[in-house]
Amino acid sequence: MSEILLKIKDLIVEFPTRRGLLRAVDKVSFEISKGEVLGIVGESGAGKSLTGAAIIGLLEPPGRIGGGEIIFDGQRIDNLSDEQMRPLRGKRIAMIFQDPLTSLNPLYRIGEQLIETIQTHLSMDNKQARTRAIELLDEVGIPAPQTRIDAYPHQFSGGMRQRVVIALALAGEPDLIIADEPTTALDVSVQAQIISLLKNLCKERGTAIMLITHDMGVIAETADRMAVMYSGQIAEIGKTYDLIRNPKHPYSVGLMGSIPAIKGDVKRLVQIPGSMPRLNDIPQGCSFNPRCGKAFKPCYKKRSPLIEVGNSSVACWLYDEEYKGAKAK
Amino acid sequence: MLAFAIRRMFQSIIVLLVVGLVAFSMFNFVGDPVDSMLGQERTDADVERVRIQLGLDQPFPVQYYKFLKGAIKGNFGISYRQGRPVSDIIAERLPATLELAFVSAVLAIIFGVALGIFTAIRRNGWAANTIMTLSLIGVSLPTFLIGILLIYIFAVELGWLPSFGRGDVVDLGWWRTGFLTKSGLLAIILPAITLGLYQMTLIMRIVRAEMLEVLRTDYIKFARARGLSKRAVNFGHALKNTMVPVITVTGMQIGSIIAFAIITETVFQWPGVGLLFINAIRFVDIPIMAAYLMLISVMFVSINLIVDLLYFAIDPRLRLDKTKG
Amino acid sequence: MFNKIQDNIFRALNSDFIYSFKHSPVAIVSFIVALILVLGAVLAPFYAPHNPFDPATLNLMNGFSAPMKPNEFTGETFFLGTDDQGRDVFSTILYGMRISLFVGFAAVTFAMVLGVSLGLIAGYVGGWLDALIMRIADVQLTFPGILVAMLIFGIAKGFTPIDQRDQMAIWVLIIAIGLSEWVQFARVVRGATLVEKNKEYVQAARLNGRRSGGILISHILPNVLGSVLVIATISLALAIIAEATLSFLGVGAPPTKPSLGTLIRIGQGYLFSGEWWILLFPAATLLALALSVNLLGDWLRDALNPKLK
Repeated sequence: MSEILLKIKDLIVEFPTRRGLLRAVDKVSFEISKGEVLGIVGESGAGKSLTGAAIIGLLEPPGRIGGGEIIFDGQRIDNLSDEQMRPLRGKRIAMIFQDPLTSLNPLYRIGEQLIETIQTHLSMDNKQARTRAIELLDEVGIPAPQTRIDAYPHQFSGGMRQRVVIALALAGEPDLIIADEPTTALDVSVQAQIISLLKNLCKERGTAIMLITHDMGVIAETADRMAVMYSGQIAEIGKTYDLIRNPKHPYSVGLMGSIPAIKGDVKRLVQIPGSMPRLNDIPQGCSFNPRCGKAFKPCYKKRSPLIEVGNSSVACWLYDEEYKGAKAK
Repeated sequence: MLAFAIRRMFQSIIVLLVVGLVAFSMFNFVGDPVDSMLGQERTDADVERVRIQLGLDQPFPVQYYKFLKGAIKGNFGISYRQGRPVSDIIAERLPATLELAFVSAVLAIIFGVALGIFTAIRRNGWAANTIMTLSLIGVSLPTFLIGILLIYIFAVELGWLPSFGRGDVVDLGWWRTGFLTKSGLLAIILPAITLGLYQMTLIMRIVRAEMLEVLRTDYIKFARARGLSKRAVNFGHALKNTMVPVITVTGMQIGSIIAFAIITETVFQWPGVGLLFINAIRFVDIPIMAAYLMLISVMFVSINLIVDLLYFAIDPRLRLDKTKG
Repeated sequence: MFNKIQDNIFRALNSDFIYSFKHSPVAIVSFIVALILVLGAVLAPFYAPHNPFDPATLNLMNGFSAPMKPNEFTGETFFLGTDDQGRDVFSTILYGMRISLFVGFAAVTFAMVLGVSLGLIAGYVGGWLDALIMRIADVQLTFPGILVAMLIFGIAKGFTPIDQRDQMAIWVLIIAIGLSEWVQFARVVRGATLVEKNKEYVQAARLNGRRSGGILISHILPNVLGSVLVIATISLALAIIAEATLSFLGVGAPPTKPSLGTLIRIGQGYLFSGEWWILLFPAATLLALALSVNLLGDWLRDALNPKLK
């Protein structure tokens, strides 16, 4: 196993509301190694994006980190102030957002935004920074970067804009990119291009990616390891190949069953009944228990810790030694 | 862009023509100008003579055309009450109003934008909250009460500043300015604050609202995620985007400042066109009312036009979409 | 139509509306203050110590009495003092408020009826009539309401025979302020009408050969009730301030029928000579009235949250 870049331990993200604290991310732990691609899947509202925002220190108030630790390259960063965190942003940890159409400031030329970012992190004069910006645009596949650098965002298509966004994220040469649904807003035909571009560029640089998505296809293609999140918790985490081939948590099983396969049996796609509980309405025990076909006694009492099964870790009592062989009621 | 500018110009001219029609109708239908000019003792021959003299015997469109022609040359006839050409009276008083409006607008914009940014960036701080609460009271406070309050504090109680008039003025040919004497500068302080305060609160609230909106956008989040400094994010990225809508409103507010000057000028007996207008209403001095109406319309329409053109200077989306076709 | 309005009212009362009211101290205080002021003004004839409109009850000797101090000539004591003519300030405020409120409510009602009707017509008939109405609205919106009101006041004054100007002033004020505030109503109602006009039930009614106008009105009015209420409340605050401003400038309510603005105008003359009460109390009353109605309107806008900008 290679060197660990990011380690998250029991991370809690919570929102104070009139009716008490809501936990949107509930004791999430995982690690990302240098150069690794970790995929995070889950329905919207599962806490994926908030986990990403918490890492880079951009939780929108009143959201806040309510506990746990985030350790980046040996340094604890969850308790840093905004000013202390700033040198890390863009330089060590970069982030890409869902919608390339709104990620770029419409009033500035893309060159201005690139140069500004480059100069924030690397000591370069205007000319060097501009040359660097053109290089970056070239690398992300913008045609004729020498002239396009002076264009405004609205003069680019969605896919091209997301390429610019990637160039901006890479500008500070970060070690980790948090990509929050980077292709969801794009045309299906462009999605694959963007993903492979991101993957290749990071591979060349040895940059790790935390890829947040609800698109299993993207994860299967890109991620070395993946984590499945459900209502603020990790249900299962492990090697992508294992997890897709042999999902263990009943939720993962349902999730994989809902992917249409081109080859293979033409069965009906499996649908998970019901929907994810709302934050203020999470059931006792395992939060998946109302929708789980295999739920049994302990599932209604307590949430299972992550249990190592083969190469994966699963938060499900079915795999606990004590209950092994127990049947669904 | 050119097409847009021409279309806006065309609209402005229509607005002015409509206002002109209103002003012209006032001349012709409100009260009887012949009555106003001749007074009680008159003969039918007098009436006929004055009617011809005023051109009232001609058909309506001809009269309107003549009125507009006169208006463009600044000829609005003779004040019923003062018996002097309206254009002279207005030219005398306009500098006072423009100086007052200018100082107020500068105060309102500088403090409005600064406080708006401050309250948006520190949106949960006690200082920002206090300012917001005060501004809500400020918006509900009638302008003339603010003026009276300021007079009471700074003129009556403290005796620091004059409570009325313009102080000493210096004649610069056709422009009489109060900016060059100490008493003139002291005299403008209270009226300018009174006039600017309301606009300042409005500008502040709009800047704050827009800024908060912009601070929530993805590109601001992305700018922060790239590690740009707070300064660069707040002032480089957020402020510029905030300015687009703020400029419209600010432009409209500057127009309002000239209109609201009527109230301030009355409170402080400031010898400008606003005070003139109010007295004209009181004594139904139609030529002055009509001239003031036309004057202020031209100002409003020009300001709106400038604001629209400023949009192009700031927002590249508008500028380039047109050239691209 | 009535049932639907009633339904809407009940739904509003049962829902977040009351909850929001109970949890907003600002709204509660504003409501109480506004209620006290309105009731105080309406019931003034029953309890005001003097009738300032009745010269017989005045004694010039009582002029300039300070609040709560016996007058040096007559020995009478006045709660809030007296003005130059010996009128009891407390009473003049109560009666002045009656005029201010009357003008305010009447002007808003006028603006509302006019705006809602024009909005319905513009949206329903469409075409050149719509274009005309909305163009007028646009042109008017270019200018601040108070200026429009002043101008209309001046023109209307010109139409009034000289000997009736004082008597007619109040009505002229109402028309002037009303005409300066109809645009907001018209815009909202027109927008709602345009949306509703294309809905199937209206089309169906048309196909059936029924006149759709009535149906339209009965469906649109309940929909815009919230927005109209919010605009009306905010307009009321504006109208009260506009009236006070005009009267203060001497182009509104005449000295014989003083509104709060007129009283402040009179009081301003005594600012330097030390008779502060003549100015302070009417000013404070106006402030309380304008502020409470304004805050109430602000809260109402948030609570009903109609899409207003």
